[in-house]
Amino acid sequence: MDATTRSVRDGIAAALSQTVGRHIEIDDDTNIARDLGLDSLAIMNFIMALEDEYDISIPLDRVAQVETVGDLTKAIEELRSRG
Amino acid sequence: MSILAKHAAVKHAFDSLRAAGANPFDVKFEAVLSPTEGVLEGRRTILLGTNNYLGLTFDESCIEKAVEVVRAQGTGTTGSRIANGSYDGHKRLEQELADFYGRKHCMVFTTGYQANLGVLSALVGRGDHLMLDADSHASIYDGSRLAQAEVIRFRHNDPRDLEKRLKRLADVPGDKLIVVEGIYSMLGDTAPLKEIAAVKRRTGAYLLVDEAHSMGVLGPTGRGLAEAAGVEEDVDFIVGTFSKSLGSVGGFCVSDHPDFDLLRVVSRPYMFTASLPPSVIASTIQALRQLRAEPGLRTRLMANARRLHDGLTEMGFETGPEANPIVAVAMPDRETAIAFWKALLVGGVYLNLALPPATPNNTPLLRSSVSAAHTPEQIDAALDLFGQIGREFGVLPAPARRVSA
Repeated sequence: MDATTRSVRDGIAAALSQTVGRHIEIDDDTNIARDLGLDSLAIMNFIMALEDEYDISIPLDRVAQVETVGDLTKAIEELRSRG
Repeated sequence: MSILAKHAAVKHAFDSLRAAGANPFDVKFEAVLSPTEGVLEGRRTILLGTNNYLGLTFDESCIEKAVEVVRAQGTGTTGSRIANGSYDGHKRLEQELADFYGRKHCMVFTTGYQANLGVLSALVGRGDHLMLDADSHASIYDGSRLAQAEVIRFRHNDPRDLEKRLKRLADVPGDKLIVVEGIYSMLGDTAPLKEIAAVKRRTGAYLLVDEAHSMGVLGPTGRGLAEAAGVEEDVDFIVGTFSKSLGSVGGFCVSDHPDFDLLRVVSRPYMFTASLPPSVIASTIQALRQLRAEPGLRTRLMANARRLHDGLTEMGFETGPEANPIVAVAMPDRETAIAFWKALLVGGVYLNLALPPATPNNTPLLRSSVSAAHTPEQIDAALDLFGQIGREFGVLPAPARRVSA
């Protein structure tokens, strides 16, 4: 894992901890809805916080494809390199 | 059951409503007596959640027109307008709506839901960008799926968030279409349209406003929020519905775009649905004429809206930010919301139980909508009942006292 990927994953962990309200451990395989018990609205708020942090917009169809932290990391990295 | 097993979570929620003896989907009116009164399990019930803003469902002249036309032209068109052709009424309604909005073009759809599906899917496609307010109605979200454009949500009623997202797309090819609503259907709040129009001008995007809940409600002549905010020139497309202020069913879109009629041959939700029955068209034309001829309807509607909104707020209920015909009361939790809704129904007031995830911020809501046809006495009766149940359930402090800010 390179430094950028690690930093994006740390960013996701920070945003998730803030959403859930406590520190949580995640890895690439963590399933965001199932393992963390987040409903669709909480996920949306959490994604909007990440969009602000990385100055990107994640289109809805990309959000729909995201199940795990690894998926989300990949989506953010791709969108950042596009801009 | 197996093919429906994917809906297990919904089934669970649905069953729990049934078990509580309070399932909004089971409400069956034995009779509807007027725009504001129905009969439920033998009880006369005040209708406070039917979006019947101008109370025109029982307007004598609208009923007469519908009856006259159903006798003369039959019960239905039995096909779409591209297959079966248009009736005179379809064309006339489109002309009168275009005239009302001061626009060159109008298209009528069979439902308001289909108007959004039909317009969004035709205006944008692959490679374009739809900018949706996060609290958009389901028909807008569903329309965006059919459109296949890239869909980006911005924070509800937040022009700065919208602008930030449009700026990120500044060098990306494709058309950008901003979609907002005049009045949002859950909380009754309006879009900050002046600011959104300014963002549209600065970024070169197109702007569509869904005036479903604001037509006949806002603006000096009832055209909606764009008129009230004085930004009609910035709005490229206005979508609306007949099933609220106009008391029937159907939807429309008006625009000045020179090639607007192209939508008639590219919009699949328009092309592949049976057109509205002539009697529905006839009552809608008459309702539009009433809307235009009777500004007093809007005055009464807004007076009723203020009476309900201010009354509830003064009692200490948490309501939406603006006194509009949609008045939503926030409930502390799901169970209280369900029990409160049921107690209102037993007490003779019908309104809408809105539960997460269909509500903003995951707040359970009791959503009411007032009508110009409500009497002040009906509004006061609803307020009394709200107060009584609110104290009983501990949602209000007992005795009722104004909660100071």
